[in-house]
Amino acid sequence: MSHQITKPAKSVTSAAAKDVAPALDFGHAWDYAPAPEGTDHVKIQPRYELFIGGKWRAPKSGKYFQTISPSTEQVLSEVAEGNAADVDLAVKAARQAYDKVWSKMKGAERAKYIFRISRAIQEKARELAIVESMDGGKPIKESRDVDVPLAAAHFFYHGGWADKLDYAFHGRRHRPLGVAGQVIPWNFPLLMAAWKLAPALACGNTVVLKPAETTPLTALLLAQIIEEAELPPGVVNIVTGAGETGAAVVAHPDINKIAFTGSTAVGKRIQRAIAGTNKRLTLELGGKAANIVFADAPIDQAVEGIINGIYFNQGHVCCAGSRLLVEESIHDVIVRKLKDRLQTLRVGDPLDKNTDVGAINSKMQLDRIKALVAAGEEEGAERFSAPCALPQKGFWFPPTFFTGASQSSRIAREEIFGPVLTVLTFRTPDEALEKANNTMYGLSAGIWTDKGAKIFWMATRLQAGVVWGNTFNKFDPSSPFGGYKESGFGREGGRQGLSAYVELE
Amino acid sequence: MASKKHVATETRTHEDEVSDTYSDNGALARVLGRGAEQRRVTVNKAYKMFVGGAFVRSESGRYFQVKGAGEGLGVDPETVNVPRGSRKDARDAVLAAKNALAGWSGRTAFNRGQILYRLAEVMESRKEELRLSLVRSGDSDAQATAEVERAIDRAVYYAGFCDKVHALVASHNPVAGPHFGFSIPEPMGVVAVLAPERPALLGLVSTLLPVLVGGNTAVLVASAADPRTAVVFCECLATSDLPGGVANVLLGQAKELAPALAKHREVVAMDAWSESSELRATLEREGADSVKRVKTHAPLEGAAWHDERVGQGLGWIERFLETKTVWHPVGV
Repeated sequence: MSHQITKPAKSVTSAAAKDVAPALDFGHAWDYAPAPEGTDHVKIQPRYELFIGGKWRAPKSGKYFQTISPSTEQVLSEVAEGNAADVDLAVKAARQAYDKVWSKMKGAERAKYIFRISRAIQEKARELAIVESMDGGKPIKESRDVDVPLAAAHFFYHGGWADKLDYAFHGRRHRPLGVAGQVIPWNFPLLMAAWKLAPALACGNTVVLKPAETTPLTALLLAQIIEEAELPPGVVNIVTGAGETGAAVVAHPDINKIAFTGSTAVGKRIQRAIAGTNKRLTLELGGKAANIVFADAPIDQAVEGIINGIYFNQGHVCCAGSRLLVEESIHDVIVRKLKDRLQTLRVGDPLDKNTDVGAINSKMQLDRIKALVAAGEEEGAERFSAPCALPQKGFWFPPTFFTGASQSSRIAREEIFGPVLTVLTFRTPDEALEKANNTMYGLSAGIWTDKGAKIFWMATRLQAGVVWGNTFNKFDPSSPFGGYKESGFGREGGRQGLSAYVELE
Repeated sequence: MASKKHVATETRTHEDEVSDTYSDNGALARVLGRGAEQRRVTVNKAYKMFVGGAFVRSESGRYFQVKGAGEGLGVDPETVNVPRGSRKDARDAVLAAKNALAGWSGRTAFNRGQILYRLAEVMESRKEELRLSLVRSGDSDAQATAEVERAIDRAVYYAGFCDKVHALVASHNPVAGPHFGFSIPEPMGVVAVLAPERPALLGLVSTLLPVLVGGNTAVLVASAADPRTAVVFCECLATSDLPGGVANVLLGQAKELAPALAKHREVVAMDAWSESSELRATLEREGADSVKRVKTHAPLEGAAWHDERVGQGLGWIERFLETKTVWHPVGV
C-alpha cells in the first residue's frame, strides 16, 4: 500500500508568512527525510462482516460500504452495513449472553477476559496503530503513542475493577444494567471503543457497539481480538454502519442503556428519542474549550500547550482547546510565537513518523471546516494558516488560527472540529472566566499561569468537566472524563465512570 | 394560683362559661373584660409560595382551594385559597435560584451543614404546627407525628452530610505520567424538583435537602394534594438562615409547572416524582433540548420514604453533582 509523503515545505512565500519572516526564517531547516511506517505487516481484509454472537455474519441488509483512507482516498476495505434486523440479531445475542453467561459469571472471571483483551491490544499495538492512521488519517505518532496504549490501559484498568465493585459504591448493592448499546465517533475509533466497552464489561453488561462509518476498521480488529480472547459469544457484538444503524441501536426496545459519544445535536436527538423508556443514558458531546493564558504564564510552555490543545489529532477532539483566551498584554507575543510554531508543524502522510498533523477524517468534515473558516473570514476575523504544501490527494486543511474575532462570531462559538483556533483576549481573571463560561458547552478548559492560587481560583469557577492547569489534552483511564452543560452527562474513567453501567439499590 | 382559681369559680357567669370554652385562659379573658360576644376572631393565614426568600402570590392571580379534613384544628377555616403558580412564576423562581447559586455554592460545606441543622431545629420547634397541618390534610395523628419526626431527622441526616460528600466521592487519580490529578464533586446549578404528592412533608424534605447539600439551589413544585404543609415548611426555611433563593417552593399543578421547568435552559437538572408515566416522559423529552439531567421516578411506597436505607442516602446527593477533573504537571 503506498502513501502520500509529505512534500518538503517550500520556503515561505505567502503574505502572512512574510510578516513573521524577520522573527524566524525556517527555510528548509525543518525538512525531514520521509520516515513512513511500513504497512507490509498489516493485513486488512477486502471485506468485513458483522460480529454478532461470536460469529462473523453477512448483513441482513445485503449491503456493504467502502471505507477509505482520508490521506490517499484509496479504498481500504468494504464493510457490512447493519440494518435494524441486524441490530435486532445483535441485541438478541447480547441478551442471551447476558442472561446465560456474563451476568452470572464471577467478577474475577470477567476480569481475566478483560485483561486478555488489554494484553492482545498491546501485542498487536503496531498493527492497530497503523490501521488507525490509515483508516482515520491521524498521525502515526499519535495512534502509536496515545490511542493504542490508552486503549490497552482502559481495558487493563477496568479489568481490575470487575471483582472490586463492592468497594466502588460505598457498600451499596449493585447489579449490571443488561444490554448496553454504544455508539462511538470517528476521532478516536479504537480508544472510544475501549472507553465504552471496558467499563460496561467490567460491570457485567453485554454490548452492541456501533463504530463510526468512516473509521470501522480498528473496531473490527478489536472484534478479532475479542474472538481470539475467547470471550463468550454475544458478550460483545459489533455492528458497523452509518447513522441509521446507530438509530436502530438507540431505538431497540430490549436495550437497557445507551452510551453515545458524538455531536451535541445528535446527543439531543437521542435523549429525546429515549424519553419515556427506561433506558439509561450517558452522553459525551461537543465542546468549545477555552484555553486561558495569563501574562504570568511560562510563555513557551503555553505556546506548546496551545499547539497541542488545538492541532492534536487535526483538532478532531471534543475537548480541543479551540478558543484561545490570552491576556491582552501578551497577545502580540503569543500570536507571533504561534505563527512561528505553525511553520514548523509537519502536515502530511499520517504514516510518516515525523508528521504532526495528518489528514482530515472525511470529505464531509473538510467541507464543514472550510465553511466555518469562510464564515470567520466573512465576519472580519484575520486568518493565518501555516504556509505548508498539502498533498494533492486526500482531505487536508492547514493548521490555522484567527485573530480579531468577536466573542459572538461563529468561529468563537461553534465547534469546528478541525485544526482551527480562534484567539480572543481578556484583561482580568473575571473577564477570562466570563468569556470562558459563555458557551453552551462545558467539556474542558485550560489555564496557563505560574500562580498556583490563580489556577485553583479559575479551576473551581470554570464550568468544565476537565480542567488542565499548565497542560492540555491529557487522558488516563483512572481519570474521570465528561462534560458539564450541553457537553453531555456521565463520566468515563475512574471509579466515577462505573456508575454509568450499574443499577444501585 | 389555686386559691385565685377557686375565687374565680365562685363568681362564674354564663358569659364566662362560654368564654372558657373558646379561650385558652378564661381567667385572663375575664380580667380583660371580654364576653362571648367579644370572642376573639382568629387571624387566618394567607398561604403563599416561597420565592427568593419571600412569600409571594402567583403573578397570575390564580388560586386553587384546599378543604380541611378535620374540625377545630388550628386556625384555618374550612376552605383555604392557595396560589396556583404559573409558568412565569416558575421563571421568576429559576431566576431567584440562579442568583442565589454563587452564594450558596460558595459557602463552605461546614456552613451549609450548620444552616441545614438550623432548619432541623426550627422544624422541631414548629413540630406541632407541621403535625396539625398533616392531620388537616387527612393523616391520622400517629401518621402525622411519625412523618414530622422522620422529616426532622432527615434534615439532621443531610445537615451532617454536607462536609462528608467530598471524602466519599472525590478521588485522587493515579494517572500514568508526571501529573497530579484529582476529581471533585461540584454542584450542577439550579435543580428543579417535582416533589411527590404524598407524603407531603417527608417527600418534600427528602427530595429537596439532598439537592441543597451539594451546593445546588432548587425550584421545587410542592404537592398539590397538601400545599399547606409545604407552606408551613417554607416558614421553617424562612427562619433557618437559609439564604433567600436557595430553596424556592411553587404551588400549583405539576403538569403545568414541571414541563416549563424541564424546558428552562437555566435549569440544569430535574428530579421528578410523579405517578403519571406520561408526565415523566414529557419531562424527559422537554429536557433533551438543553441536555438536562432529568431523573424521573414513580413515587416510592409510603413506608419506603421512612426507610433510612431507601428514602435517604449518598446516592440522593450524588445524582445532582458534577465531577470536575483537574490535572497539573508535577516537576521542578
